[in-house]
Amino acid sequence: MASVSTTTAGAEWEYAPAPESREIVTIRPEYGLFTGGEFAAPLSGKHFTTLNPASEEPLASVAEAGEADVDRAVASARKAYDQAWGRMPGRERAKYLYRIARAIQERAREFAVLESLDNGKPIKESRDVDIPLAAAHFFYHAGWADKLGYAGFGPDPRPLGVAGQVIPWNFPLLMAAWKLAPALATGNTCVLKPAETTPLTALLLAEVIQEAELPPGTVNIITGDGSAGAGLVGHPGVNKIAFTGSTEVGKEIQAAVAGTGKKLTLELGGKAANVVFDDAPLDQAVEGIVNGIFFNQGHVCCAGSRLLLAEPIADAVLDRLKQRLATLRLGDPLDKNTDIGAINSRQQLDKIEGLVAAGEAEGAQRWSPPCPLPAKGYWFPPTVFSGVSQSHRIAREEIFGPVLSVLTFRTPEEAVAKANNTPYGLSAGVWTEKGSRILWMAQRLRAGVVWANTYNRFDPASPFGGYQESGFGREGGRAGLAAYLDA
Amino acid sequence: MNVDAPTGAAGIVAAGVTGTGVTGATAAGTGVVGSDAALRQILHGLPGVDQVGAHERAASLATRSIKRDAKLWALDMAVRMVDLTTLEGADTPGKVRGLCTKARQPDPDDPSVPPVAAVCVYPDLVSLARGELAGSGVAVASVATAFPSGRASLAVKLADVADALNAGADEVDMVIDRGAFLAGRYAQVYEEVRAVREACGPTHLKVILETAELATLDNTLRAAWLAMLAGADFIKTSTGKVTPAATPPVALVMLSAVRDFAEATGRRVGVKVAGGIRTAKDAIRYLVLVREIAGPQWLTPEAFRIGASSLLNDLLMQRRKQLTGAYAGPDYFTLD
Amino acid sequence: MPDRPAAARAGKAAKTAKPGKTPASGKTRARGDRPADRAAVRANARGDGPGGGSSARVDVRKTYKLFIGGAFPRSESGRSYPAAGPDGAVLAHVALASRKDVRDAVVAARKAVAGWAGATAYNRGQVLYRVAELLQGRAAQFAAESVANEGVSRAEAERQVAEAIDRWVWYAGWPDKIAQVAGAANPVAGPYFNFSVPEPTGVVALIAPAAPGLLGLVSVLAPVIATGNTAVVVASESAPLPAVTLAEVLATSDVPPGVVNILTGRAAELAPVLAAHMDVNAIDLTGAAAADRAELARLAAGNVKRVFTADDDWAAPPGPARMLAFLEIKTVWHPIGV
Repeated sequence: MASVSTTTAGAEWEYAPAPESREIVTIRPEYGLFTGGEFAAPLSGKHFTTLNPASEEPLASVAEAGEADVDRAVASARKAYDQAWGRMPGRERAKYLYRIARAIQERAREFAVLESLDNGKPIKESRDVDIPLAAAHFFYHAGWADKLGYAGFGPDPRPLGVAGQVIPWNFPLLMAAWKLAPALATGNTCVLKPAETTPLTALLLAEVIQEAELPPGTVNIITGDGSAGAGLVGHPGVNKIAFTGSTEVGKEIQAAVAGTGKKLTLELGGKAANVVFDDAPLDQAVEGIVNGIFFNQGHVCCAGSRLLLAEPIADAVLDRLKQRLATLRLGDPLDKNTDIGAINSRQQLDKIEGLVAAGEAEGAQRWSPPCPLPAKGYWFPPTVFSGVSQSHRIAREEIFGPVLSVLTFRTPEEAVAKANNTPYGLSAGVWTEKGSRILWMAQRLRAGVVWANTYNRFDPASPFGGYQESGFGREGGRAGLAAYLDA
Repeated sequence: MNVDAPTGAAGIVAAGVTGTGVTGATAAGTGVVGSDAALRQILHGLPGVDQVGAHERAASLATRSIKRDAKLWALDMAVRMVDLTTLEGADTPGKVRGLCTKARQPDPDDPSVPPVAAVCVYPDLVSLARGELAGSGVAVASVATAFPSGRASLAVKLADVADALNAGADEVDMVIDRGAFLAGRYAQVYEEVRAVREACGPTHLKVILETAELATLDNTLRAAWLAMLAGADFIKTSTGKVTPAATPPVALVMLSAVRDFAEATGRRVGVKVAGGIRTAKDAIRYLVLVREIAGPQWLTPEAFRIGASSLLNDLLMQRRKQLTGAYAGPDYFTLD
Repeated sequence: MPDRPAAARAGKAAKTAKPGKTPASGKTRARGDRPADRAAVRANARGDGPGGGSSARVDVRKTYKLFIGGAFPRSESGRSYPAAGPDGAVLAHVALASRKDVRDAVVAARKAVAGWAGATAYNRGQVLYRVAELLQGRAAQFAAESVANEGVSRAEAERQVAEAIDRWVWYAGWPDKIAQVAGAANPVAGPYFNFSVPEPTGVVALIAPAAPGLLGLVSVLAPVIATGNTAVVVASESAPLPAVTLAEVLATSDVPPGVVNILTGRAAELAPVLAAHMDVNAIDLTGAAAADRAELARLAAGNVKRVFTADDDWAAPPGPARMLAFLEIKTVWHPIGV
């Protein structure tokens, strides 16, 4: 910044710690599996520990579902489907789902604190984004339960039966809502397998479901690791598999399900291009870039991890971006002023560090704002790589962390070509004041979600999902119902 | 053209119109900044403001949680930034005396409370205010240029300024001609600001944009640059006579503008938010905007002001609560 | 039927004959002889427990007023009329709305359009669901009123109230979906992005069906406000009690003032005023007498109102017709190009 001629200098103003209290949430020392409407000890006899990634402190001991547990859960879902939920009129299903939506709203703060403790994301995000959206998903889909004849799938579309659903750790409660709400609204019963490192909000949701008095077995929640997920995917009693996670595992699941007659939807990784033209609304574009890659510590499948800048404005945008990044606050996820929280696990941190080292080795220029990291926990500072080329690993591989790769382009055609030059196709961003160019770009970008002059906006009414190796099937909106209907 | 700064206005600056006030070239002489068309090219060449994005950023910054010593610091700073204001047709010497007493010592029960930055009155009450505030360090700001409407000839507006200056005003708060701005007569707006700038000499000049009447954030940004190029020391949101007055998104745009202007020219222009700021909570939210949008260099009464009247007592009440731990009541603070 | 100024109402119950007004006309009963349900209506209206007829405690009686702009004014005409049970016994005196009350209601409804139409669909859905929560809480009161006012059996009343609540919940789930069903991106032959969105038409006048009191009212009102319109409702003349209780529910459930305005009174008197009103965008003539509908539709042509009439089977699940009738389709074009 140019030195400013002033008569009086300004002042430093440090924000005091503003911690959200943990007291609102009661974490049990040990959790069982939720099947048949009850919590019960796992037949496997095994448990594992879930940690707070910001401090590495153990939070709870959680059941590890084995083969017999998966079997019991699927049987429970089948019974509930055959005897209760599968025969229930839509208007009654709707009212159960509205109960869940309302309960999430009532216990919103509890859910938000628990999510930040278990996942590491800032309370500001869990409170203002994750939990409200989760409630909204239940609310929106509740309203479809008795209107399926209007959804465009024929006058009386039928559900599939039992849905096996495996979700990731980046938006634990929200991903549970994205899976359960449409499945239940359309008349299916569910077995949900939360991610190994983030089981707690799903288990609290199980309590909500219990209190809402859904017929036992309508929703079953079985915690465990990858083998529990594989067991669920491979179980012959499941009619439908829905998976959100890495492309690598998605391909394994697709192969495993091939030829079994099970329906499948996948929501996998991405390496989205965020394209900024020279007539972009600059300050808001910088905000969009920041939201695109640093929201949720970059643990977002649709993150704008490749910034494509029109060459004439590249330096100016980078300058503004760096100034903006210097105001990001990294630290205790429960502090209300924290912008960047912890990386979810040691494993994920290792992966990020590995790819960042590769980026440096390949010759890109790395920059981070001054950012002291806490001593305990898993942390990575917001990082920008400039001078990146399409062939650099950091431009091709999903890092899933707060690391932005910056490239340039000259013309709209070149921007499209570079943006589409990836096996992924989940999302993309476009920044320009020119409406026709937004629509032209949107038409050409091979991505399931295109954000224009905004980024990372989600709504239960808005379908979400990818092209190519980012998966298939959509979640949200009318299109999202298709995944759970026999249509 | 300076390619490092993405604004056409900076190019104009590089071409010789420095906007530093007294020594700047007059509009008619430069040729570059002489016509509506030329100014239009500059102002409309500034990056657009996405309204939804600006509102979201302001709303996000409003979730900052300012507690304990950070809050106490902010409350004290806010008091020091207040331009305590009375601009009513019914203003009398008695009213202004009371205001000045309050300005010098906002809380008689607590002498540690600092005085406010300035008192803001109509030109015909400046002389009285000066007398009341002598030796206090509180400045006397006067509105001028046919405040609040700005609907008068340039001669009348300059006479208004002269009255304020002759009465001893330390600061002048002028209004731009919004009608001229909205009709695209940018050169007229520019020339009027420059004329007042020259009349003021070294006296501190604030230029009121009346953002509610400008209606769009794009217009706010353009008017801000126009005022800064013409030599404003401060840009100010509102007269307080039109609703809505100051709003966080408007302040955000103006704070971005002064930041960018400083980067392009090296000159720090201040921002004043005025009108509709009634609670300490609002004031602290504006300070967060100052810190995170413009930067810590603007966290001083020399670079940020809050035009208000009833706000002061709420600042004092919150300050009392921070210090004693108990919620205060309005009866314990004076209504001057 | 004679109009009765409010001031002339007796404090105690009086024998009143309502010739031609109700099925079992001409008969009156002394207060102590009434079945438990009619007493229950009074008791519920007072907030008392059931069966207050023979207790020593003096009841606090409810007044039934208009609902305009979120408030409960009496008619500016000062008039009221007795609401009666099927045997003619007076249950309460309800306000008898005048043309000036209609005028005020339309002003309130117009004022509320910008806020309600401009609210997000999600927000409207949430507000409507909240109404359903409160309807559920008052189910017993609604059922008792229905028994007393309309003479249906308790079982039938409870069935109708449950159906009314479920129907309201059905409509609560429509605001954030109707655009996906009634709107579209249109594949025009040219480099244009073309999309159609449904938008609310504005102020809708509703003549509620005479019966069933709550279910009929809900069936005509919910689709109108779910789609972002505001409403001026002429309640069933013979069954006004549920309409006023519904107004109380609306007043306490986040519905912004003016979105719904409910006028108790005579459809024959009020419908023509609404049909001719130049600041009403649409009118639903469902509750108007068949003989009056042609004339009302003719009056409506004065400002090209959208006119809707249907004689639904209220027991059957509704379709989207009552929502689509009050939506305007707006189609937008924008070129696609660099």
